[in-house]
Amino acid sequence: MENIDINQAISLMAAEILAATPQVNDIVILGIPKRGVPLASRLAASLHAKAPGFNPGEAIGQLDITMYRDDLNRQPTRAVGKTETPKIDGKTVILVDDVLASGRTVRAALDALYDLGRPAVVRLAVLVDREVRELPIAADFVAIALPTPDNQRVSVRLVETDGSDDIIISPAAQATSG
Amino acid sequence: MQHLLSTAELSRADAIDILDTAAQMAATQEREIKKLPTLRGRTVVNLFFEDSTRTRISFETAAKRLSADVINFSAKGSSASKGESLKDTALTLNAMGADAVVVRSAASGAAHQLAHSGWLTGSSFYGSDHPGVAILNAGDGTHQHPTQALLDAYTMRRHLVGPDALGQGLDGLKVAIVGDVLHSRVARSNVWLLKTLGADVTLVAPPTLLPVGAETWPAKLSYDLDATLAAKPDAVMMLRVQRERMGGGSSAFLPSAQEYTRLYGLDRKRLEVLPKHGIVLHPGPMNRGLEISAEAADSPQSVIVEQVANGVAVRMAALYLLLAGKE
Amino acid sequence: MRSNSFRLANVRPYGVEPVDITVTNGVISNITPVSQETGHPGELPSDDEFWELDGKDHILLPGFVDLHTHLREPGREDAETVLSGSKAAALGGYTAVFAMANTNPVADTAGVVEQVWRLGQNAALVDVHPVGAVTVGLRGEQLAELGAMANSRAKVRVFSDDGHCVSDSVVMRRALEYVKAFDGVIAQHAQEPSLTVGAQMNEGVVSSELGLAGWPAVAEESIIARDVLLAEHVGSCLHVLHVSTRGSVEIIRWAKQRGINVTAEVTPHHLALTDESARGYNPIFKVNPPLRTADDVRALREGLADGTIDTVGTDHAPHPVEDKDCEWAYAAFGMTGLETALSVVVKTMVEPGLLTWADVARVMSVTPARIGRISHEQGRPIAVGEPANLVLVDPDAKRMIDPRAQATASSNTPFVGTELPGKVVATFLRGTPVVFDGVLSATS
Repeated sequence: MENIDINQAISLMAAEILAATPQVNDIVILGIPKRGVPLASRLAASLHAKAPGFNPGEAIGQLDITMYRDDLNRQPTRAVGKTETPKIDGKTVILVDDVLASGRTVRAALDALYDLGRPAVVRLAVLVDREVRELPIAADFVAIALPTPDNQRVSVRLVETDGSDDIIISPAAQATSG
Repeated sequence: MQHLLSTAELSRADAIDILDTAAQMAATQEREIKKLPTLRGRTVVNLFFEDSTRTRISFETAAKRLSADVINFSAKGSSASKGESLKDTALTLNAMGADAVVVRSAASGAAHQLAHSGWLTGSSFYGSDHPGVAILNAGDGTHQHPTQALLDAYTMRRHLVGPDALGQGLDGLKVAIVGDVLHSRVARSNVWLLKTLGADVTLVAPPTLLPVGAETWPAKLSYDLDATLAAKPDAVMMLRVQRERMGGGSSAFLPSAQEYTRLYGLDRKRLEVLPKHGIVLHPGPMNRGLEISAEAADSPQSVIVEQVANGVAVRMAALYLLLAGKE
Repeated sequence: MRSNSFRLANVRPYGVEPVDITVTNGVISNITPVSQETGHPGELPSDDEFWELDGKDHILLPGFVDLHTHLREPGREDAETVLSGSKAAALGGYTAVFAMANTNPVADTAGVVEQVWRLGQNAALVDVHPVGAVTVGLRGEQLAELGAMANSRAKVRVFSDDGHCVSDSVVMRRALEYVKAFDGVIAQHAQEPSLTVGAQMNEGVVSSELGLAGWPAVAEESIIARDVLLAEHVGSCLHVLHVSTRGSVEIIRWAKQRGINVTAEVTPHHLALTDESARGYNPIFKVNPPLRTADDVRALREGLADGTIDTVGTDHAPHPVEDKDCEWAYAAFGMTGLETALSVVVKTMVEPGLLTWADVARVMSVTPARIGRISHEQGRPIAVGEPANLVLVDPDAKRMIDPRAQATASSNTPFVGTELPGKVVATFLRGTPVVFDGVLSATS
């Protein structure tokens, strides 16, 4: 897709988050690997720029959901990633992922999260919302709404992981969950 | 990986993958809620033909922390004439629908046979693998005990390379393995794994406790513990020595326990020779006062208690890597 | 069954010039070179039963003699019987086998050896000669009644505790001395027991890696060294069973040069297989003595080729499936061999040019018959007037070894699934074709 400025989209999303969350000190940003992690960093930076009281160093982490997935035995063995979070008890946790499609990743993330502690509020921020619904899960903050049918695949590329920022829509080889 | 039978069969990539996965597993075990849903619906059978409460509990804990169903099958009375045969047990387990079998046996090769004999399919044809059941060797005779070597390597990497040394091996580390190498599956497992991970291994034992043929192993051989310690190894692994091998009869391997301790025991003085960063390992259970003194076992350099905790993480990793993927 | 009068056209005795051979009432009556084109031997019996066979240029040898067979009867009829073992022997080209004494009860009395002998007579497929135990119950302590066995109807001349070593030096000395009275021979299973407690496989590189208790070569060599010196000292003769190491070959070579009356045997599996086979922990490769290294195999082949080793004996050791389908350490020692021996010798010795077909006749028939004291009837030359104990071999045939297709009651062949050269086309026991066209004749 052309003419998409991911950073600008993130910046808008950061503003929405701040508008919805009066206590910036309560915010914890958790990226879901792989691309949720750099997105979480960018989002945290953007939050900090807009609200200097928000200290990303103490409020950012990553939440690996591999061991909580419901499709492990349908895929070749996946590498288990790292989970590293600040304290989340009583906090406003904002889960960050690149693409929201079926909601299965988010379901797994919620399970993983609740094994780590008891946040006061959990929000979901995604770069792209495909608006496919398989579970009763919706994003609270969406940078780019991109309704796409099942037979298409949406891939996000980021400078940190892929060398450049891009969003690619292609025919799906097989159904993906996200 | 379809089975985990011997460290000699592990590639460097597979070995490091297990260690890296174990690191993530270990992190989950520091949480309040230690249980993960990962292997829900999978059945792990602990098939123990030999008493080993420690190893069984470690595997059982690992499987349960991953939410697998665990069946403990203790089949003591290990000779073929007594009790149930390995083959019949295998058939029974297959009928129960096991996804993984953790097998411990006094017979070298038992795990290999379970994986490759075709018994799990009810076939008598040797060489036909069962497609579904993963076999984990939890110690077979004097052959291999791969998860022990992996937990040793994990412990060494954490202490000697770094707590967050993902993707790394044990390159250039000097490791001394001391004791009854002849009868030790721990030594055999470690020699090949450590070699694969790039460490430099010296086996130290009286000549009677080094197997004929060990000169071809990927390790240096020594009869002299003090000379080996003088070369400042990064890790010293003391092997358990059975008292019945010493003194007494014509089949004894050594004149006496006292002589063994004098020549090959890790006492306070030898501990002092170790470099400050050097660590002391022991697969347990220890014979305090025989192969290792209380001072050495309880010293700050001893990581023996941590080895036990790491055992759970490494076994979780092995179960995850063998069972979590597509069949 | 076809009669014992027939003509074999176009066969090659000892693998050389083709001839036509006539057998009349079980005795070779005429041999005519095919090149002479006389084609027809003079006085053919006008008998209706006379038959002819085109030998298709196959190789004709004297019927094989196995000095080392375990027929398991009495006691382990689930593994083999004298009848099933006789069938296997005939299919393997044997016309005489020596049945080892480690039965249950042990063949250490005249009664037991006569029972085995009678079972062999009833089977009537090969000559079955019982081997007598050297010591009571194979325990190595007290001499069995060797004289009574020698004087029995079984006329035992070969004595062995095979499966166990006569390890006590005094007992071995007495046995070597005692059998001189009736021209007997002691066939020793050379294995120093104290060096092989719990031993599972050859002690070396492979055993060290596999964690299987090692069986040192010296356990065999030390007994052979002692026994050749004992044989020399008492002026008796010694036959060494299943030599398996280079050191053993060298000791026997030395002993023969010294003039000691010693003969030695190698098994087909020790000519073919090494301890590397153990790497899969398949107990089919577990055998006593154990499979050794490639260097030992080389020495055994050289020893057999240069005459240091005199005979090939099968050590046919059948075991029921359950005794092999288990952990290595708990499995029984032994392999079947009667139906594969020739093929293994062809593959390991004839094809590489180490033995001629005449040599095969020597190591598988003539010399074993001499050592077994039956050379008046077995291992005879292929010549007019000789009994027609013969085997016809197709050297070019290849066959896949399948235990289910074998006559032995057990399936523990290490050659399962491998292709081996050479096939027994027919076996003649005193002219009777007990095996014809590669299968047992109908009435047997």
